[in-house]
Amino acid sequence: MLNFVDSVQDAVAGIKDGSTVMIGGFGNAGQPFELIDALLECGATDLTVVNNNAGQGDQGLALLIREGRVKKMICSFPRQSDSWHFDAKYKAGEIELELVPQGNLAERIRAAGAGIGGFFTPTGYGTMLAEGKETRIIDGRGQVFETPIHADVALIKALKADGKGNLVYRKTARNFGPIMAAAATHTIVQVSEIVPTGGLDPENIVTPGIYVNSIVQVSGSGAGATNGKVA
Amino acid sequence: MSLTETSIKTSDTPLGRDDLARLVAKDIAPGSFVNLGIGQPTLVSNYLTDEQNITLHTENGMLGMGPAAEGDEIDGDLINAGKIPVTELPGASYFHHADSFAIMRGGHLDICVLGAFQVSATGDLANWHTGAPGAIPAVGGAMDLATGAKDVFVMMTLLTREGASKIVESCTYPLTGVGCVTRVYTDKGVFLTGPDGVTVRETFGCTLEELQELVPVPLKAAPAAVGG
Repeated sequence: MLNFVDSVQDAVAGIKDGSTVMIGGFGNAGQPFELIDALLECGATDLTVVNNNAGQGDQGLALLIREGRVKKMICSFPRQSDSWHFDAKYKAGEIELELVPQGNLAERIRAAGAGIGGFFTPTGYGTMLAEGKETRIIDGRGQVFETPIHADVALIKALKADGKGNLVYRKTARNFGPIMAAAATHTIVQVSEIVPTGGLDPENIVTPGIYVNSIVQVSGSGAGATNGKVA
Repeated sequence: MSLTETSIKTSDTPLGRDDLARLVAKDIAPGSFVNLGIGQPTLVSNYLTDEQNITLHTENGMLGMGPAAEGDEIDGDLINAGKIPVTELPGASYFHHADSFAIMRGGHLDICVLGAFQVSATGDLANWHTGAPGAIPAVGGAMDLATGAKDVFVMMTLLTREGASKIVESCTYPLTGVGCVTRVYTDKGVFLTGPDGVTVRETFGCTLEELQELVPVPLKAAPAAVGG
């Protein structure tokens, strides 16, 4: 069911301790900062977070990690020049890391949303990231069995929603949004604009509203806005 | 000096980073779809010409990526894989992450250019993790690019700071992909790698014999170079 909620606080209020939370964004592009801030505020803890990275600087996901709310990160690229909060928690042994090649991360999320029980892929074959996993030779190539990543909640950012919950995104801020929306049981979206039903061209809908549960409008989070930071 | 050596030494001095990037750019076939890795490979884009009509892919969901953004062009929603602000060219397209990696993993990219710690004689690639105790591992899209692109070019200096060859019999760093590298561009020569071992297409500032003294795997002149 689709709900339009008035505040980011209301949007995340139902997130329980121990949840698996997918958070959209690649670096800061597409990261739903306001929803993450609200998650921080609401106090949910013991979270497993799925994101490409493990937070940048002193905002968004990085703060959730700093405050000890994240017990496990599932991501492809945690180590960055400004990932100091993750780095500290990791070195202190206070956060678990499941490192996933980025294409496997995307496809495992896609698989969850599409009801796929798993898939074989050449990515990672013969590397330490395939250790302990089932492998097969398919079409003459070594391939590794990968399983879907499901989530209780997805927090994503889109540019516009219409009254049916259909979404369009902006440039490379789209990244993980569409596949996370499909993979999570409950998908919460922050948008910079809500337009009347019929206000989006059906040919250009990127995420159909069937994947969306809660929408909140966040003013000032539109075109290119990433809280003053680009990367 | 034998005929073979003469024919493959194409420069009297080792190539600098920009000259190497220019050479890689020249070797990319017109109309190709290409992904340039973070770091040194990004330099290649500076030397692609309009006539080549190359389309650049970035893993975070775009084809038709343009040069780095400057001034008013900077837009937080338009970045490359290194999270640097970039621009879009006419004909660009955006897509979500699973589609972007399907482009990589599905064999649709003609060439990817990557940096490396080591490349083995049979084209194994190590470029994501030193394996050092306490190092925080980060893999990103490296494994997908290495296994998915039709051709995997590596750009690197031939030697480490300590003077060890980065072309090795077998990689001692954790692998990114097995048997995936097809060509290695270095400051001292261009190497073609594959199941039959390493051939040298051209050398810069050294002879094949001098190169052989640096590299601990058997080198032979590429067939096209012999008598060329």
